[in-house]
Amino acid sequence: MYRYDTYDQAMVDARVEEFRDQVRRRLEGHITEDQFKPLRLMNGLYLQLHAYMLRVAVPYGTLSSAQMRMLGDIADKYDRGYGHFTTRQNIQYNWIKLEDAPDILADLAKVEMHAIQTSGNCIRNTTSDQYAGAAADEVVDPRPYAELIRQWSTFHPEFSFLPRKFKMAVIASDTDRAAMKLHDIGIQIVRNEAGELGAAFYVGGGMGRTPMIAPCINPFVPLDQMITYSEAALRVYNRHGRRDNKYKARIKILVHELGKDEYTRQVEAEFQHLLGQNIEPPLAELERIKAQFADPPFEKIGTVPTFEIDRSDPDFALWVDNNCLAHKQSGYIAATISLKPIGGIPGDASGEQIRLMADLARDYSFDECRVTHAQNIVLPHVRKDQLYALWQQLDAAGLGTPNLDLVGDIIACPGLDYCSLANARSIPVAQKIGQRLAAKQQEIGELKLKISGCINACGHHHAGHIGILGVDKKGTENYQLLLGGCEGADTSLGQITGPGFDEDGIVDAVEKATQFYLAQRGEGERFLDTYRRVGMPAFKEAIYG
Amino acid sequence: MAEVQYRFRDDEPVADPGVTVGAFGEQSNASAVRLEPGDEARDLIPHLERIRLVEVNFPVFGDGRGYSSARILREAGYTGELRAVGEVLVDQIAFMRRCGFDAFAPDVPLDPADADNAFGRYGEVYQPTIDGLAPIWAKRHG
Repeated sequence: MYRYDTYDQAMVDARVEEFRDQVRRRLEGHITEDQFKPLRLMNGLYLQLHAYMLRVAVPYGTLSSAQMRMLGDIADKYDRGYGHFTTRQNIQYNWIKLEDAPDILADLAKVEMHAIQTSGNCIRNTTSDQYAGAAADEVVDPRPYAELIRQWSTFHPEFSFLPRKFKMAVIASDTDRAAMKLHDIGIQIVRNEAGELGAAFYVGGGMGRTPMIAPCINPFVPLDQMITYSEAALRVYNRHGRRDNKYKARIKILVHELGKDEYTRQVEAEFQHLLGQNIEPPLAELERIKAQFADPPFEKIGTVPTFEIDRSDPDFALWVDNNCLAHKQSGYIAATISLKPIGGIPGDASGEQIRLMADLARDYSFDECRVTHAQNIVLPHVRKDQLYALWQQLDAAGLGTPNLDLVGDIIACPGLDYCSLANARSIPVAQKIGQRLAAKQQEIGELKLKISGCINACGHHHAGHIGILGVDKKGTENYQLLLGGCEGADTSLGQITGPGFDEDGIVDAVEKATQFYLAQRGEGERFLDTYRRVGMPAFKEAIYG
Repeated sequence: MAEVQYRFRDDEPVADPGVTVGAFGEQSNASAVRLEPGDEARDLIPHLERIRLVEVNFPVFGDGRGYSSARILREAGYTGELRAVGEVLVDQIAFMRRCGFDAFAPDVPLDPADADNAFGRYGEVYQPTIDGLAPIWAKRHG
C-alpha cells in the first residue's frame, strides 16, 4: 500500500501546525465562529448536538495495521472509547474536545494520516472498491488512480471553495462496489479494444434531496490526461455551479440544468485549454504510485499442503458463505468483518475491537485492512487454511456476525442521536429492525437496507433495496419507506411507497415487505429482483392493505 | 475602497479604482477593471494589453469563483496586478497567491503575524499553477 515520502509527510505536518494555529486563534477569540467554521470543516471538525465530531480521512478505505491501531488508540484517548466507520470509508469520533483536535491530528500524522478535506465545500476523500487488489473481476487495482487524485485534490488552490462538497470514487471492475454512479465524479478504469487503460468519467450523480445517477460524459480519457480532465470538470463546476441555493449547489444540478451534452461541451472546451497548461503529472508518477500497490508476497498453491477451508464448524461455515469473497489469488479469500451485530450501532467499533482488527490484519492479511462504504471492515488477503483461526478470534470479540449484505447489515447515518442536521433518529430504527428480522435474515438472503435521518441522505436511503428516510412531521419523528433502490452496475433509485410511519410502524412495514417477498419470490430471486418483477403496487398493497 | 495591505510587485500601483466589466468595454482608456464573481473573466482576454489592474471581488469568502477567474487571466498571459478585494481572510490568501493574485486589499486588515505565517506555511505543493512553484511530482521525477 501507499507509503508517504518526505513530501507527503511535510504536507500533513504543515497542516497540523496550521490547524493548531487556527484553533488557537479561535480559542483566543481572534476569529469568529463563522470564520472558523470553514477552517474546521476543511479539517473534518463539525460542531454537533453534544460535542465536536472529528472525521478522519481513510483514502480509498485502505489502512495498515499501524494506522488501524492508532484509530483505536484515539478512540480511547480522546473519545468515549468508540469510533464510527462511515459511508465514505472514513472514521469519525463523536465526542471530541476542540482543544484536543490539534493533538489528534498530530497523532494521525505519525501514521501518515490526516483529516484534510473530510468536510467543507471542497474535494472530499476519494473512495474506491473495498476489494481493490483482491477481487478477481477487476481490470487493474483502482487505488493508484485514487491516490493520484488524492494528491492532486489536496489543498487544490482553485477548488477549495466550491459551490458545495465534491465526492469522487474510482473503481476498476464492472461490478461496482463503490456506488460510483452516485458520486459527483465517478471514474471507472477500463481497458479499450487496443488493450490500453483509460478512465471513463461519470459526472453529476449524487444522493441528497435530489438523487441523480451520473451520466457518462467521456468513456475513455487516456491515463496521462486524467488529472487535466478532472480539473476541467471541476473548473466548469466552480464557475457555473449554483451558489444561490445550497440545496441546488451540487454538480448534479448543474449537469441536469445545462443538460449532459452542454456540460460535456464546456468541459471538453476547458480541457482543450488546460492541455496547454502542463498540469498533468507524468506517467512516471503513476508508475511510482503503482509500484507501492504491488501484490503482497502470496504463497503459491502447492507449497502449503492444507490450503483449503475446513467447514466442519457450522457457525464458521455460515460466516464463510456470507462474509467472504473469492480472491484473484487461488488459496486466498477476502473476508469481511461485519460491524453490524444484532441490535448494535451500525459501523461502531470500540477502541479494543479496532486494535484487535489491527492485529488480525497484521497476522492474517499482510498488514492491511479496508473500510467499506457499507461501514464494515475487510481483511483483503487471508490464506484459506488460516481462516478458521481468524474467525475464532473475531467471534470471541463479537466481530463474527455472519450477515454481510443481509437485512441486518444496515447502513445508517448517525441521525438525531448525534447530528445537528437530522430530523429523526436512525440508530434505534436500525437496532429494532435488526432485532426483529434477526431470525429470518438468512432465509431472506441479500437485502440492502439503508437509513437516513434526514433528506441529506448520508445513510444512502435512495440506494437501498429498502430505504428509510426519517422526516419531521409536525414535531414528531416520521419515517418514509422506499423500495427498489440499488447501487452498482444496475443503479436505480428507490421509490417512496406512500404515507410514512412512526418508529414501530416502520419496523412493521419492513417486516411486511420481507414477508411478501418470501411469499412471492421465484427461484434464485433476491428481494430486489422480486420487487423489480412484481412492482410497487403489489408491495404497497401488502404493506398498507 | 480598502487599503492594499500586501503587494508583491515592484511597478507603480494604479491609483484608479477598477471599473465594471460592462463599463470597461465602453471606456477605451480604462486600465483598471473590477471582476465580480459572476463576471466572465474571458471577456477581458482581448483587452489584456491595456489592463494594468484587475480587482477580483470576494463579497463573501465562501464564493470561490474568483480563484478560477484569477487563474484564467494568468493562463491567458495577463501580467498586470491581480488584486483580491472584499472578504479576504488570512486562511485564504495562500490559495489566492497560488492562483495568481499578487495584491491583497482585505475589507478587514489582516493580522500581520498571522498573514506572514499563512503566506509561508506550505513550502511544497501538489499542483502546478502559474505561480511557478514546482509541484511535488516534478521534484520526485527531477
